[in-house]
Amino acid sequence: MLHIPIWKRIIIWGLCATALIFAMPNLFYDRVERYSDAERMVEMAGEIATDEQAVDLDLWPGWLPSTIVHLGLDLRGGAHLLAEVQVEDVYADRMDALWPAVRDLLRDERDTVGNIRRQESEPAELRVQISEPDGMDRALELVRDLAQPVTGGAAPGSTDLDIGSDGDEIVVTLSDAERRATDDRTMRTAVEIVRNRIDEVGTREPNIQRQGAQRILIQVPGVDSADEIKELIGTTARLTFHPVLDSTSDPDTTVDTGEALFPSMEEEGRYYLVESAHVVSGDQLVDAQPSFDENNRPAVNFRFNPAGGRAFGDFTAENIGSPFAIVLDDEVISAPVIRSHIPGGSGIITGDFTVEESTQLAVLLRSGALPAELTFLEERTIGPELGQDSIDAGRIASIVALAAVLGFMLLSYGLFGIIANIALLLNIGMIFGLLSLIGATLTLPGIAGIVLTIGMAVDATVLIFERIREELRTAKGPARAIELGYEKAMSAILDANITTFITAGILFAMGAGPVRGFAVTLGLGILTSVFTALFITRLMIVMWFERKRPKTFAI
Amino acid sequence: MRLKLVPQDTTIDFFKHWKTTFGASMVAMVLSLVVVAIIGLNFGIDFRGGTSVRTQAEEPIDIAEYRAAVEGLGFGDVNITEVYDPGFADDENVAQINIQAQEGQESVGSDTIAELERTLQEIDPTLSFTSVESVGPTVSGELIQAAVLAVAAALGAVLFYIWLRFEWQFSLGAVAALVHDVTLTLGIFAILQIRFDLAIIAALLTIVGYSLNDTVVVFDRIRENLVKYKKRPLKEVFNISINETLSRTVMTSVTTLLALLSLFVLGGDVIRGFVFAMIWGVIVGTYSSVFVSSAVLLFLGVKRDWSKATDEAAGTRFAKPNKEA
Repeated sequence: MLHIPIWKRIIIWGLCATALIFAMPNLFYDRVERYSDAERMVEMAGEIATDEQAVDLDLWPGWLPSTIVHLGLDLRGGAHLLAEVQVEDVYADRMDALWPAVRDLLRDERDTVGNIRRQESEPAELRVQISEPDGMDRALELVRDLAQPVTGGAAPGSTDLDIGSDGDEIVVTLSDAERRATDDRTMRTAVEIVRNRIDEVGTREPNIQRQGAQRILIQVPGVDSADEIKELIGTTARLTFHPVLDSTSDPDTTVDTGEALFPSMEEEGRYYLVESAHVVSGDQLVDAQPSFDENNRPAVNFRFNPAGGRAFGDFTAENIGSPFAIVLDDEVISAPVIRSHIPGGSGIITGDFTVEESTQLAVLLRSGALPAELTFLEERTIGPELGQDSIDAGRIASIVALAAVLGFMLLSYGLFGIIANIALLLNIGMIFGLLSLIGATLTLPGIAGIVLTIGMAVDATVLIFERIREELRTAKGPARAIELGYEKAMSAILDANITTFITAGILFAMGAGPVRGFAVTLGLGILTSVFTALFITRLMIVMWFERKRPKTFAI
Repeated sequence: MRLKLVPQDTTIDFFKHWKTTFGASMVAMVLSLVVVAIIGLNFGIDFRGGTSVRTQAEEPIDIAEYRAAVEGLGFGDVNITEVYDPGFADDENVAQINIQAQEGQESVGSDTIAELERTLQEIDPTLSFTSVESVGPTVSGELIQAAVLAVAAALGAVLFYIWLRFEWQFSLGAVAALVHDVTLTLGIFAILQIRFDLAIIAALLTIVGYSLNDTVVVFDRIRENLVKYKKRPLKEVFNISINETLSRTVMTSVTTLLALLSLFVLGGDVIRGFVFAMIWGVIVGTYSSVFVSSAVLLFLGVKRDWSKATDEAAGTRFAKPNKEA
């Protein structure tokens, strides 16, 4: 009656063993971590290992799985930031970039449209006043020619500009389809640049991901304060070169359209009036490295791509003797006078830098400018000591919880208690195996989830044992009682666990960060505890029964 | 010698005083709601926005001194509490400082944090910040919404699943128990003013899961016994079912509580509120699966002719048809 075919036994023990093999690296956490780090470094360096890395590589056999459960920021310490990308910034840039084209176009038709003038407006729109309102139709027709089909958008046939008129003004804005497409591009660029910048610092396993329409989640383990990260990614780092028109100490100098007033970084109270259209920008940089100038002051060496190099070369050739401003995020780093034509597209930025600042500036320039500003909605920093305290506390609590439950089960069910306990230990091993396998992150609530599982995992087993106890009193013989016990407990076990699993699923779907970690361990715990209760305890009881063949037994 | 918490055969009449127990539950629920409405929950920064700083210093903490120093900085509403844990060393003095969300700022800037740290270090140079968490009003608003949605979604999903597997009366009974558990948990959090943050929502949902687990096991037995004892009064069938599952109910609650108590005492102060919610939930949940969900079911009444339904609905039941019956 109690028969489990050999193939089923092999599958059950096989699954068990597989999960345990995947769980095993977690017992050798430091070793495996060093091994994995070394392996990654070697791979990046092109298969050449340093002596130190070779030592680390020997710590763990390559044929064994080497994935471990990552520790969450609350256990390892680190910074967690949620940033919002101000995607609207880009609309304004687009409008500013459009203005010269509109100006040139309408200037050629001066006879019909009269004089043109850019008006003050919202940043995301371009308003151009024409002095001959009769020419409005012609002007609109011309400007409409500037509109391009939206690229990469989901709305085929739409163009990127909405063009209309308001009295004697032409009003140009980005169309909705273009805004969506632009937002998407902005986000992708922003995520990539944030990733580049964080990678430059070289911390281990940073997690950078886009969240929702305009947010980026940044998690960097092992940093002491969010400031470091914010300084790195909170700077737009837009570098531009402008012709200087004037320099002044009056911050209220009148600024005409097409001009801009930027403060000096070097000298407090000095302002430069520059042409707002830039000659070249940081987008065209191919490299930037920290270095020193001829006076041995920290500086940054840079190199342009061919197009940028040509523009820069032409500009310097035409403006020998006049100053130009090197502007970083609306502040003038320095405004040197062009002494000679600078061909070849490389140059040096000097300013009032410390070595750290020049190094950071080089990093920022190399990784590119952020397309829009970031604001931080949420930031959490957990110190490594607090994380370690939590790990220690969690570890002790888990061990004590486990010992208490194991003891209690043994006292309550005797021999069957031992079987339940073996199942419980396998269960915990399997949770860790699955966590490693899916690359999950263990958080403090996650540890709580495991401890809760220790308590609840026995539930399915208890349901079965209690049922066998009942059936022993009525059923015909022990084998039948065992069989009926499993059969009748099945429905309750499944219903109870499916409902709990539903709540774990919802928790996972809505949860952020640590809560999600809890949902993962709770959900996996339900899966493994049902598996161990229905298959492993049964197999063990059947094996015991086959050997002993008891006429009666008590649970 | 076996440890037996529950004797082999019990014949406790759980519904003898069902009006009293059910009434007590109702009163407790109403009281909880009143307490939540009057005193209010002690929302953490996850839901209220603001900044929460955990400090650690070697010298003992003088809260008044800290408060005086921090108030000088003009951050508005500041709340400082000392944190105790048996696991702390003698030179480990921990305090928690909560600062309200600042006008016109999302998360609190690093300048503000640096200023705060400087000010406090003047009191105690050994002081350091072991964690700084700052949540802007935008995010906290969204988190509240998500949390309410999650609890509602969990209740809805469960209502639906039980209705699918049992009958609508069962699903109302189960959800009544869940609402009871969640309300009472909110009540105790309001009374004890334990910080209510995102993790507590996770605990609430776990309580929902646990309580349900318990309820479903009892319901499953009720369903089985309704088929077995067709002619007995409903109340008797319920009593038999609860008595039969009593041993399991107690066993599971005890193992779960053992594990949770260990976590409560040894797991550190960071998750103590979270674990407390779960301990409370296990106790309340165990109680409610007998005295609330079953009572509601008894009140609503259930269909008695299960044999036919069982045949028809055989495909939707996991259990094989009972050969003995």
